[in-house]
Amino acid sequence: MDKFARNHPVWALVIALLVAVFLWLVLAPWPAELEAAVGRKRIFLNALLGGITLGALYFLVASGFTLIFGLMRIVNLAHGSLFLLGGYIGYEITTYTGSWLLAFPIVFVVVGLLGLAMQRFVFAHMEGEELRQTLVSIGLSVVLADVMLWYWGGQSYTTLAPAFLRGPVELPLISSINPTSGEAIFIRYPSVRVWILVAAIVIGVAMWLVLNRTSLGMLIRAGVDDREMLAASGVRIQLVFLAVFVFGAGLAGMAGVVGGTFQSLSPGEDTRFLLASLVVVIVGGMGSIVGAAIGAAVIGVTEQMGLVYAPTYSVVFTFLIMAAVLAFRPQGLLGAGR
Amino acid sequence: MALADQAPTGARINPAAAPGRSWIERIPPGWWIAVVVLLAMPMVANNFWLFQVMGWSFILGMIAVSLTFLAGYGGMVSLLQMSIAGLAGYMVAILGPSGTTSISLGLAWWIALPAAFLVAAIFATLSGALAVRTEGIYTIMITLAIAAAFFYFTRQNYTIFNGYSGFNLVLPPRLFGVNWRDPVPFYYLCLGCAALCYGAVVYISRSPFGLALQGVRDNPRRMAALGFNVTAHRVAAHALASVFASVGGILLVWQNAQIAPGTIGIPAAIDILVVAVIGGLRRPLGAFVGAFIYVILQVFSPDVLGVFGFSAERFKLIIGLGFLAVVLFSPDGVLGLWDRWRARRARRVDPLTGAPR
Repeated sequence: MDKFARNHPVWALVIALLVAVFLWLVLAPWPAELEAAVGRKRIFLNALLGGITLGALYFLVASGFTLIFGLMRIVNLAHGSLFLLGGYIGYEITTYTGSWLLAFPIVFVVVGLLGLAMQRFVFAHMEGEELRQTLVSIGLSVVLADVMLWYWGGQSYTTLAPAFLRGPVELPLISSINPTSGEAIFIRYPSVRVWILVAAIVIGVAMWLVLNRTSLGMLIRAGVDDREMLAASGVRIQLVFLAVFVFGAGLAGMAGVVGGTFQSLSPGEDTRFLLASLVVVIVGGMGSIVGAAIGAAVIGVTEQMGLVYAPTYSVVFTFLIMAAVLAFRPQGLLGAGR
Repeated sequence: MALADQAPTGARINPAAAPGRSWIERIPPGWWIAVVVLLAMPMVANNFWLFQVMGWSFILGMIAVSLTFLAGYGGMVSLLQMSIAGLAGYMVAILGPSGTTSISLGLAWWIALPAAFLVAAIFATLSGALAVRTEGIYTIMITLAIAAAFFYFTRQNYTIFNGYSGFNLVLPPRLFGVNWRDPVPFYYLCLGCAALCYGAVVYISRSPFGLALQGVRDNPRRMAALGFNVTAHRVAAHALASVFASVGGILLVWQNAQIAPGTIGIPAAIDILVVAVIGGLRRPLGAFVGAFIYVILQVFSPDVLGVFGFSAERFKLIIGLGFLAVVLFSPDGVLGLWDRWRARRARRVDPLTGAPR
């Protein structure tokens, strides 16, 4: 950071100013003129928080997608179907056992096993044929989508959050000042969303630690850089592939449970989240966990801000960000040069 | 890139063709039979068959052939072709007359049609310029993302695209006193357009541009070293392919008499890929064969599924499984199966003498 400030003093100043303005917007109570021009601060904060929690959900889906892509060069376009399947299974488990937390390990195992079967019996047979793998994953997504439509029908499901996560929680962010008493009113936000954000951050940090601090992570990073060399040095790379694929699929399934809790599940959600993860990894950079986190936050916040302040064009903003990244940095914000 | 690697070479020289025979004599008899059958079909087929089955097959085939052109000759698998077709269709509805009089401008067909082609070509060129910055599977992802953005945009925008409901009552102009939406004229219109598109793709693939494009597909680095502008060839291929997709898109709007965001959704974009791959990406004919198979499955699967006690909606499952089977077992599609069967027959020898039959 020091080096960046010394090499680019003007940019560093601009960035520092932007950060300061942003922090002021978030922390300070807004003056009346600003509220008159832009709208209530509560709306702004809600959109921002909504964007960040949506980004957390996108991160959960996209991190598995980007890991699988980075290691195996498989663009798994059935990733959205794994998300939706996880959500449906989580709904069933929560309804029958009444335990929301129990859904997570079961969904992870079930969807992970499906991922294992996909990698072991389909993708492993066509290693190196990237286009064919992509086409097969499209075929799988069509089949999975129809099987799910067959079983669960066209209506939408919402998984009920457990009692201890229901209701709002007060965040230490001032929404407005009560004009009569002069005391600050704090923003209230659904606690389930706060916990999802925390969980996503924990999972993200854990993934980063595993990737950068353990021997398994070393194998995965080596595989991302040079698959053939790693296999030549005696590592049973197919096992590493299987592990990563199972983990990525299981994570998508768990994200499905999360998505089913704070939004809803219906046919079509699979493509929505597949596209979200596509855009996230295109923006963040293929194969990079940190890139996925940044991309997810940017896309989530853009989408929510767009929905609040320019409802007609919210999709276009997301798309413009993607186009700009592609035009100026085709490998993504944090992607390695290809 | 297994699919694109075995893709076609433009000029297929037929060794049996004697140099003295004119080109008309060199057309194999199978083609003559196909031409006669297609031209004579209105005499035997009923209106449903002509309008729904054959008309729709030709339309899907035209949109899919633009993908075959890009994927087979250019090595770029683009999921944008349905969006481009849809944009051309939307333009006809917006510029020409439609039931939504508050938005449609109601211009004459000779302004609306060229404008639709132009807008679709500009869109294809711009998105193509974005897509060619990447290669292989990245192209699929980026075109899929652009297609999705366009779909959501048409669904949310009410000032131009009339949002969720889209446009209805979009009818073809009454040229030469013919109602072009009647089954027989519409059949011949689709047949003519499809034949033109097919011929154009075959012609372009043998032209200097087409040969350079195939060179770019096989070895972009060498082509760049030879002085060809690789990026310009790829973008031009996207622009050219948009013409075929636009023809299909405009005919599709006229056939349905309406267009809505659902027409250009992600499932529709993937269907085009499915059609092209089932038929075979190696040859432009594959797009039409694939489209015919797709339409036959879609139209007749309810009856067949009903016999086995399934609901008619399971059609997608059949298409998906068929697509999986094709990709897994015959990556060059149904036409590839046919080619291999012919090759095996040609290799068969007489069991007694050992001489070829």
